Amino acid sequence: MIRKEMIAMLLAGGQGSRLGVLTSDVAKPAVSFGGKYRIIDFPLSNCINSGIDTVGVLTQYQPLVLNSHIGIGIPWDLDRNNGGVAVLPPYERSDTSEWYSGTANAIYQNLKYMESYNPEYVLILSGDHIYKMDYEAMLDFHKQNNADVTIAAIPVPMEEASRFGIVVTDEEKQITAFEEKPERPRSNLASMGIYIFNWSVLRDSLIAMRDQSNCDFGKHIIPYCHDGGKRLFAYEFNDYWKDVGTLGSYWEANMELIDLIPEFNLYEDYWKIYTKQDIIEPQYVAAGAKVERSIIGAGAQIYGQVINCVLGAGVTVEEGTVVKDSIIMKNTHIGKKAYIEKAIIAENCIIGDGDEIGVGEEAVSQLNASIYAFGLATIGENTVIPPHVKVGKNTAIKGMTTNEDYPDAQLPSGGYIIKAGETS
Amino acid sequence: MKALGIILAGGNSSRMQNLSEKRAISALPVGCSYRCIDFVLSNMTNSNIQTVAVLSQYNARSLNEHLNSSKWWNFGRKQGGLFLFTPTVTVDNSWWYRGTADAMWQNIDFLKKRHEPYVVIASGDCVSKMDFNEILDYHIAKQSDITVVCAKLPSWEDPKRFGVVQLDMEGKIIDFNEKPMVANSDIVSTGVYVIRRRTLIELLEQCNEEGRYNFVTDVLIRQKGLKKIYGYMLEGYWSNIASVESYYRTNMDFLKKDVRDYFFHQEPQIYSKSYDLPPAKYNTGSGVTNSLIASGCIINSKVENSVLFKKVFVGNNSVIKNSIIMNGAYIGDNVHIENCIVESSETLLSGSTYIGEDGIRIVAERNKRYEVQQMNGEG
Repeated sequence: MIRKEMIAMLLAGGQGSRLGVLTSDVAKPAVSFGGKYRIIDFPLSNCINSGIDTVGVLTQYQPLVLNSHIGIGIPWDLDRNNGGVAVLPPYERSDTSEWYSGTANAIYQNLKYMESYNPEYVLILSGDHIYKMDYEAMLDFHKQNNADVTIAAIPVPMEEASRFGIVVTDEEKQITAFEEKPERPRSNLASMGIYIFNWSVLRDSLIAMRDQSNCDFGKHIIPYCHDGGKRLFAYEFNDYWKDVGTLGSYWEANMELIDLIPEFNLYEDYWKIYTKQDIIEPQYVAAGAKVERSIIGAGAQIYGQVINCVLGAGVTVEEGTVVKDSIIMKNTHIGKKAYIEKAIIAENCIIGDGDEIGVGEEAVSQLNASIYAFGLATIGENTVIPPHVKVGKNTAIKGMTTNEDYPDAQLPSGGYIIKAGETS
Repeated sequence: MKALGIILAGGNSSRMQNLSEKRAISALPVGCSYRCIDFVLSNMTNSNIQTVAVLSQYNARSLNEHLNSSKWWNFGRKQGGLFLFTPTVTVDNSWWYRGTADAMWQNIDFLKKRHEPYVVIASGDCVSKMDFNEILDYHIAKQSDITVVCAKLPSWEDPKRFGVVQLDMEGKIIDFNEKPMVANSDIVSTGVYVIRRRTLIELLEQCNEEGRYNFVTDVLIRQKGLKKIYGYMLEGYWSNIASVESYYRTNMDFLKKDVRDYFFHQEPQIYSKSYDLPPAKYNTGSGVTNSLIASGCIINSKVENSVLFKKVFVGNNSVIKNSIIMNGAYIGDNVHIENCIVESSETLLSGSTYIGEDGIRIVAERNKRYEVQQMNGEG
């Protein structure tokens, strides 16, 4: 029988609705990051770098990009005869069929997958964060403490602690209390949503809680284990860890990569981040072009000016165009004499000649003021913007737009154009 | 596919000067993101050739490293695969490959065991796109015994180092001169041949019995009157890398839009091994113009009309002009480089100057990186 010491279960089914149009056709873990990666590359690379060769990826929301990205796991060396990567979508059963209704429910529905590897430990991960972490060190900590459950936790500023699941520990790092989004936090150690379970404890808890609706690790399973007298420990992590859940934090985390010596360094040989790379050709910077304080993916062609940007693979910036403080994803084409400032433009977009994006006074978004803030212009994948239009701040555009969509050739700040079902 | 592939990648040339000290020509980095052999490997896989043997003997370490997995070119299949054959000592043979025909003869068991009716023989030192299916169709339509892929020689190239051919109206080769002192045509062999597998086995055995070892002079030219030999004219870009000048020019050609579009943006794609490098990083003070930059580079200075291969670091206030910087080179601050080819993994001391005054200068200092970095006052 196959036996694996520890297998990983990666929750990648979430929409990430706070990323707005960036996730209207793509699950959050499949959103591009840092010029060539997708968010899920970080936990997947951490797995293989930590010696975990069996990873179940649970998908549900918009899985197409995610599925084709993962494939059979070649980029992460997760194409294995035994184990490797397996994509686990919800499935139909003879009596019931249900969607994944919560993080723990999703894992519960895949008990048989885990069982087939007869593991001692199961690592639960989410595909939402940017970090490099050695899960093997966490497992060592788990074993040393003879723990039943270990939760990775990171210190956060006290004033932000009420946004997280907070763990309270004793001196031995044993968890004495677990509070989900407490009003008055008693500690600033936030759960990172990364858990190591003894397999038997995980299995028994999931079965015991199977009738819990929307069964969630933070809300149900961890309290259940805690109340049942299990040994819960907090593994403190003090390195770079970034939640890129909002457009603002997503933009910031990308921009941090262009610092002279970024806090999150992708240029070290140790602990490489792997990704599926289908564009391998070099990038070309033309005579008369200007590139400064930017990172640029393979195959890009730069004829204009690129300043303070993160550009994905295969992006073209035509002559006379200025792109500033922006994130431009894979294969997007930006026409001539355009001006783009503080924008996030997703994959395969076509931006017309002479467009001005991210200009004008700030205004509150009419679509969703909590999502489209930060002064960003956000453009979803496969969007087409006709030439010579002006697009303001806190805007959202998605779909094949034409001149008729822009009265007076502009979309003022706070405005939006969402054309469902129409793509280029 | 009806053919198997043989890539002759053993070559070295004194015209490469010290560029070939480190590796065989076929393993030379070309076109900013590739190695020379990637072009023929991609052409074969794109033509659905599933079985490819690479024959190599001169300094194959770098080539071997590049071919450590066949998956990048899609050869990791149950049927077929990618084979690297270097000379081995056997009960009845302890020779190195004594020539191209001998290299194939020493692996004749491989040829005999396969079932594909045709063989495409190609060299590993050319930059081009070729559709071998089309060439094979031509070969069959002409009822040719051997088809030689030919190209028009660029005007700056010296025909004396090529096989010069003359074709008649039908495309039949009526004259073939290997490396002639005086060329009577500007059409040359690209070193790519299509031949029936059984015919090849026969010719190689015959050749070996006669104690002859070279495919061009001992097989092709000697069979000229006996076998029907046709030339297939290749359209599109073709370059053979066999001298420092051709190496430099070929890389610089990639700065031209038509060449870039042809290789980078038009189907079929050229594949290469993936190194999982981060995007190139341009810091404050970088000024890159008309240059190709590969992944993993970090640039803090001026770079003009140059090709920077993967993982090159360029310090502050340096100037790089009309140069090729191979992978992994580390260039300190205030370095001036002009008309140079900087060898891979080189470490250049801050404040140093390298200028190719008459012709291209090859920079191969072999400094110890930690010593230079100490002198540069880093790490």
